[in-house]
Amino acid sequence: MSSYKIIDHEYDVVVLGAGGSGLRAAVGLSEAGLKTACISKVFPTRSHTSAAQGGISAALGNMGEDDWRWHMYDTVKGADWLGDQDCIEYLCKEAPRAVIELERYGVPFSRTEDGKIYQRPFGGMTKNYGNETVQRTCAAADRTGHAILHTLYGQALKHNTEFFIEYFALDLLMKDGACKGLIAWNLDDGTIHRFRSHITIIATGGYGKIYYSSTSAHTCTGDGNAMILRAGLPLQDMEFVQFHPTGIYGHGTLISEGVRGEGGYLVNSKGERFMERYAPKAKDLASRDVVSRSIAIEINEGRGVGKEQDHVHLHLSHLDSKVIEERLPGISESSRLFANVDVTKEPIPVVPTVHYNMGGIPTNYKAEVMTINGSEKIVPGLMAIGEAACVSVHGANRLGSNSLIDLVVFGRAAAKRAAELVKPETPHEEISESETEKCLERFDKLRNANGENKTADLRLAMQKTMQLKCAVFRTDKTLKEGINDIRKSFDGMENISVKDKSLIYNTDLVETLEFDNLIRQAIITMDSAYQRKESRGAHARDDFPKRDDEKFMKHTLSWCNGKETKIDYRPVHKTTLTSDVQYFPPQERVY
Amino acid sequence: MVQINLPENSKVKKGKYYKDTTGSKNIKKVNIYRWDPSSGENPRIDTYEVDMDNCPSKVLDLLNKIKNEIDSSLAYRRSCSHGVCGSCAMNMDGKNGLACTKPHAEIDGDINIYPLPHLKVKKDLIGDLSILYKQYESIEPWLKTNKKVEAKEIYQSREDRSKLDGAYECIMCACCSTACPSYWWNGDKYLGPAVLLQAYRWIIDSRDDERKERLKKVADEFKLYRCHTIMNCTNACPKGLNPAKAIAEIKKMLATS
Repeated sequence: MSSYKIIDHEYDVVVLGAGGSGLRAAVGLSEAGLKTACISKVFPTRSHTSAAQGGISAALGNMGEDDWRWHMYDTVKGADWLGDQDCIEYLCKEAPRAVIELERYGVPFSRTEDGKIYQRPFGGMTKNYGNETVQRTCAAADRTGHAILHTLYGQALKHNTEFFIEYFALDLLMKDGACKGLIAWNLDDGTIHRFRSHITIIATGGYGKIYYSSTSAHTCTGDGNAMILRAGLPLQDMEFVQFHPTGIYGHGTLISEGVRGEGGYLVNSKGERFMERYAPKAKDLASRDVVSRSIAIEINEGRGVGKEQDHVHLHLSHLDSKVIEERLPGISESSRLFANVDVTKEPIPVVPTVHYNMGGIPTNYKAEVMTINGSEKIVPGLMAIGEAACVSVHGANRLGSNSLIDLVVFGRAAAKRAAELVKPETPHEEISESETEKCLERFDKLRNANGENKTADLRLAMQKTMQLKCAVFRTDKTLKEGINDIRKSFDGMENISVKDKSLIYNTDLVETLEFDNLIRQAIITMDSAYQRKESRGAHARDDFPKRDDEKFMKHTLSWCNGKETKIDYRPVHKTTLTSDVQYFPPQERVY
Repeated sequence: MVQINLPENSKVKKGKYYKDTTGSKNIKKVNIYRWDPSSGENPRIDTYEVDMDNCPSKVLDLLNKIKNEIDSSLAYRRSCSHGVCGSCAMNMDGKNGLACTKPHAEIDGDINIYPLPHLKVKKDLIGDLSILYKQYESIEPWLKTNKKVEAKEIYQSREDRSKLDGAYECIMCACCSTACPSYWWNGDKYLGPAVLLQAYRWIIDSRDDERKERLKKVADEFKLYRCHTIMNCTNACPKGLNPAKAIAEIKKMLATS
């Protein structure tokens, strides 16, 4: 592997990913005086945080009474009791401060009459422990993610964060079970870079691209998750994939839950507001897994709209056009571009679409990566935040607008913890060359692959298998077939081909490396789903329709070595962090 | 007589021709600018025959189809595929735009796809935006406030907030700046419409306490006044924003302050 030019760097902390969580962490680290590098395969403002629309949750109480404990209860219930309540307490308690901080950074939030941050209703967000709808989701029109991402990038510039942009990360550098940095490939000049760091923070987002139809960007390939797997560490709760109820039919573009928050509603081919039947109280603002399942049932029972009766309609033409113009301009644009619909006159054709991964890298509330070895153990030198992480605050189903708050609360927490752990400019340990060699061997093998199988074909086969066998409703039969089929796509890599052999902006190789990352996550998603023989949150089994707290109130941990997987479990945390709030024991989940 | 020619290595040559292999009756020719810095060869135009019966509606779909089915070596940036990340800005049919929002049906005849104009090309359709990013940094795109109480948000009236509409939505795709002849000419010194729109976004934010300093900073013969109101920027913006108006507002503020 001597043919590759390797450039070495030393940093106190390396952040991998420059979306909402990565940037927030980088800002905090720079403030703490730690020498920080932020590495990203795309320019920061291209990150998928920009696609978040509806808002960011925090019990500010700007629109009426609110309490972070109510927010906590909603999140616990939304998570179908799979979330760790100590972590959820931390999230909800810290949320108001995190949003105020964003406003102080300059986020252009929409405003109330008296000039405060505007908050809108969102699915599953309630008053007084489930009693009535509350307005908790802070919004910048329907472009909240975009506004936050650009603002955080500005803050990172203010703090002189060192960026390494258009660097594609390959592998972690591990030594005796601790992380010592990572290796990345500079797409701009083809050089390989070895970053040594006392702490590596993974903020690489989700892996929605294992599915055929998703609201995810092309770049949502869970690269950090796959690096964790290759380092011999487990991922957690990977069977929990959120289907957003309203992706534009045929294209998958996200239509914000904010539409229903502002008064929009779903209708089937009979013109019925069918959510009234499934969630008599919350109706269209039930949590996302519930609404997605309801739509799927309507379609399966023949009440879908369109020629194929395979989607439903989202109505908002009854809303005041001023409300649409002021608070939902982005989705009006998307609907026009991707569904050819004028939302002031016609309904939007929508269908449940893969949107978010509740699963990811297991961490505690300080963002430190965990594994199990008898009991929970911290992996030294490694942290994870954002969608890549599974804290777990979202459990089996995330509530809308809880992801943006997750990014900033735990981005900040990671920086805070790193500042406690690392003394600036501590010298670095030597690491053996074998880690680098192992990494470059895989890189070189894929780069020089001259087989018969196109990366795009293998990826498509993987995506179709996931879409078909691991969808909104799952059964023993579909998952068993899926376990088998998904491994065929993995086997196809033995005979893969990469046409472009160069090292500069070789997007052919990037997509192949991304596929290598995706397929491992697809395999453990399928395997974890098969093993969980109950229905909880986003994981709905036709053959096990009930939640089984006795057997399955536990997190799935899955290791993956090629197509071999190992599955184990750890109990859900049944305590809160402080005595400010009581543990919420499991209840039946009705909306 | 003096003869002026492009340097030999920058002449765009005729490239490869990829014939349709599907037997489709509905074929479009797609001509794409290609350049591989590793090859030492000149840029070229490759032509792909694409089966339009099985291609979704946007130019990005067309590029993805070529990359997935015909030529995986084609390099371009792409991410969100619905017009919010700004990655896939390029020149299509002679006009800058986002490949993911531009319907290919709007293009008559052959489809010609080039990188954004007047940028250094990195490879194929990937342009070098590093100067623009540096310029963006130079306008200090963060809120500067003297208000000390940190426990609450800074209040802003709806009216003041509405002044940010049309400015904060910019996705930094660079379609406007690379459509501006003045930016082509003085791109190293003139900030260009994208960055000036962002400068304006902070100048008019009622929460910001350094409006005057911000204005002073851009009041420069090159940074601001190379704008000659050509309006290509506004014409090019795929988000329907109006950078030319923002620049005019900045000039007006300076003239009246």
